[in-house]
Amino acid sequence: MAIAITLRRLRNSPMTAHVVNRSVAETTLARQFAEQERRERSPARAAAFARFAAAGLPTRRVETWHYTDLRAWMADAAPFLPAPTRADVEVARSRLARRERFAAGPQLVLLGGRFIAELSDPLPIGVSIAEGVAAHAADDPLAALNEALSPCGYTISVMREANIAEPITLLHLGDDASSCSIYSRTAIDFDVEARASFVEIFEGAHAGVQRHSATILTLAEGAGAKHVAVVGDEPGLHIETQICELANGAELTAFGLISGGDLTRRQIFVRMLGEEAKASLSGLALIDGARRADTTLQVVHAAPAGTSREFYRTIVDDDAIGVFQGKIIVEKAAQKTDGAMKSQAILLSPRAQMNAKPELEIFADDVVCGHGATVASLDPEHVFYLQSRGIPDDDARGMLLEAFGGEAIDRVEDKLLVDALRARLTAWLGTRKAKT
Amino acid sequence: MMARTRAEKRRMLEIKNLSVSIEDKLILDNLSLSVNAGEVAAIMGPNGSGKSTLAYVLAGKPAYKVISGEVLLDGESLLELEPNKRALEGLFLAFQYPVEIPGVAAMTFLKAALNAQRRPRGESDLTTPDFMRRVREAAQALKIDQEMLRRPLNVGFSGGEKKRFEVLQMALLEPRVSVLDETDSGLDIDALRVVAEGVNALRSPKRSFVVITHYQRLLDHIKPDVVHVMARGRIVASGGPELALELERNGYRDYAEEAA
Repeated sequence: MAIAITLRRLRNSPMTAHVVNRSVAETTLARQFAEQERRERSPARAAAFARFAAAGLPTRRVETWHYTDLRAWMADAAPFLPAPTRADVEVARSRLARRERFAAGPQLVLLGGRFIAELSDPLPIGVSIAEGVAAHAADDPLAALNEALSPCGYTISVMREANIAEPITLLHLGDDASSCSIYSRTAIDFDVEARASFVEIFEGAHAGVQRHSATILTLAEGAGAKHVAVVGDEPGLHIETQICELANGAELTAFGLISGGDLTRRQIFVRMLGEEAKASLSGLALIDGARRADTTLQVVHAAPAGTSREFYRTIVDDDAIGVFQGKIIVEKAAQKTDGAMKSQAILLSPRAQMNAKPELEIFADDVVCGHGATVASLDPEHVFYLQSRGIPDDDARGMLLEAFGGEAIDRVEDKLLVDALRARLTAWLGTRKAKT
Repeated sequence: MMARTRAEKRRMLEIKNLSVSIEDKLILDNLSLSVNAGEVAAIMGPNGSGKSTLAYVLAGKPAYKVISGEVLLDGESLLELEPNKRALEGLFLAFQYPVEIPGVAAMTFLKAALNAQRRPRGESDLTTPDFMRRVREAAQALKIDQEMLRRPLNVGFSGGEKKRFEVLQMALLEPRVSVLDETDSGLDIDALRVVAEGVNALRSPKRSFVVITHYQRLLDHIKPDVVHVMARGRIVASGGPELALELERNGYRDYAEEAA
C-alpha cells in the first residue's frame, strides 16, 4: 500500500457558490420547495433549503463532487411521489408476500420514503421508532436538499445497553409507476452501550426514479453499530447521504453494496467526536453498462486515539465509471489517531473507468495514517494458475472476481449478512457471465 | 542400447523442434525432447538456459510466442489448446513460484479444479464428503495440515508449504505428464524429502515426469531414468543418472560452451 501524507490548510468555505443562472432542475426544486412551504411552513427546512440554494446542484468545481457533475447530469427534478394510497399499500403488501427477504430479523417497510406500520414487523424490545428527525447541518448541498425536501422522517432509537441480536432491516420500496422523486430521512440513535445491526435495502425503483435518502447514525458512548446498505435496484439517480457521529469508545461498522442504478452516489460523513472511537467503513460497487457509481467519504478524527479503516472495492465493466473519493481529516486534538484507507478497483473492459482520490489532512503530529489506491485488470498470473488446473478461463475470472469482491464483504463480520451479500455478488457475476 | 529400449516404449510427451520467443527474444531454440510413459526425465541446466520457459510453454502460459515446432501429449497436439484444456489432457505443471491468490479458499480452489476435470468426462461433481475424504487422504500423506487448507490459496504459505500444496494438487488431479519446475528451490531437507516421497508415490508405468532442477540434490530423492542437459534453449546432452553426478562435479561450463 502506498503511504502518503499531505498537510493542507482547511478551506474556510468548502461549498463554492457558483450559481449564476439556475438550471432547469434547480428551478423545479425551488418551485417544489415553495409549494411544500405553502402547505406546511418549517424554519428548519427553510434554513436547509437556503443552504442548498446558496450552493446549487454541484458541478465539477465542487471538490467533493469533482467526478460527478450532478448539475449537468440532472436534466430536471422529477415530481414528488405523493404519499401512498390504500391501493399502493395493498400492491406493496402483495409484493412483499412474494419477496425473499435479504436477511432474517424484523423488517420495517418504507413506501416512497414513508414508514408503513401495517407492512412492518414489530420491533424487538429495546428498539422504538418515532416520527421526526432532528436537524443536521452536513456540509453538502445534497444533504441539505434532503433535509429540505424529505417528508417528516423517522428516528429509530436503540435503548441504553440494549443488545439486539438479529439485524433490523429497513426496506425502502420504490415506485414502478411513473417518474418521481423519493426523499427519505432516517435517524438511528444508539444510546450508551447499545448494540444493534441495521440493513437498509433499496428496492423496486426503475430508471424514472430519483432517490434522495439520508441516514443519520448517532452513537453514544460505548455503542456498537453495524450498518449495511444495499442498492440493487435500477433508479435513474440514487443519492444516499450517511452522517455518523461517534462518542467515546463507540464502534461503527458500515458497508455499502452498489449493484444497480444509472447514477449512484453514496456520500458518507463520519465524525469521531469521542476518544478511542472506531470506525470501519467498507463497500463494494459492481458496475457495468453505462452506469456510474460514486462513493465519497469524509472521516474527521476530532478526538484522540481514534481508529478508522476505509476499504472500498469496485469492479467496473463495459463503459461504466467508478469514483472513490475519501478524505481522512485528523484535527489537532486527535493525537494517536490510527487511520488507513484503501481503494482498489478492477477494470474489466478497455473503456471502463475508475477515478480514485484518497486524501489525508493531518493537523496532529502523533498519528499513523496511510492510504492507497490501485486500479488494475485481473492479474493474468492468477488467471493462468487457475487455468493450469483445468478451470476454464471464464470460471477462473469469475472465481477471482468473487474473491476480490468477497474480501470487501467479509469486512461486515457477521456471517448472516456476509452470506446474503455474497449471494448478491454471485448473482451479479452470474448475470455478467450470461451476458457474454 | 538405451535408445532402442526407449523406442519400444510409448512416447508420452514428444517435443519436436520447438522454438519460442518472448518479447522478440529467442528462448527455446529448436528444442526436441521425448519422454516415455513411466519415465522420470530430469532436465538440468544453468540459469537462463530456458528451463522455466519450457515448463510454461508446455502449460500454455500466455505471452510466449511459439515460432515453430510441436508438442504431442500421447500423440495429441497440445500447443493449440487453452491451458485448461491441456490440464484436461493430463498435463500438470508444479510451479516454481505458486501465486498467492487472496480471497480464494484453498479448498474451494481444489474442488473447482477437480470438478473442472470431471465435467468434460461427463462425470457428476464430487459430493462434499467424497471430496473431503480424498483431500484428507492426500494431505495426510504430504503432511499438510488441515488448517493450511482453510487459508486462502497459497496466502501466507511458507515456501515448503507452497511446494507441498503443488504436489497435493498433482496427487488429486492424477496427471499423465507432470512437469516439476524447480520444485526443490526454497525447500529444506525435510520438506524436500516429503515432496519427493509425494512424487515417488505417484510414479507408475502410465505416468511420466519432467523434473526441472538446477541441482543434483533433488535427484537423490527422485531418481530419474534419464537426465537431459539444457543450455541456450536446447537439449545439449542426454544420459543416465550418472550425468547428473558429473554435472554436480564439473558444473555447466562445458555444455554452455558446446551450445554456443
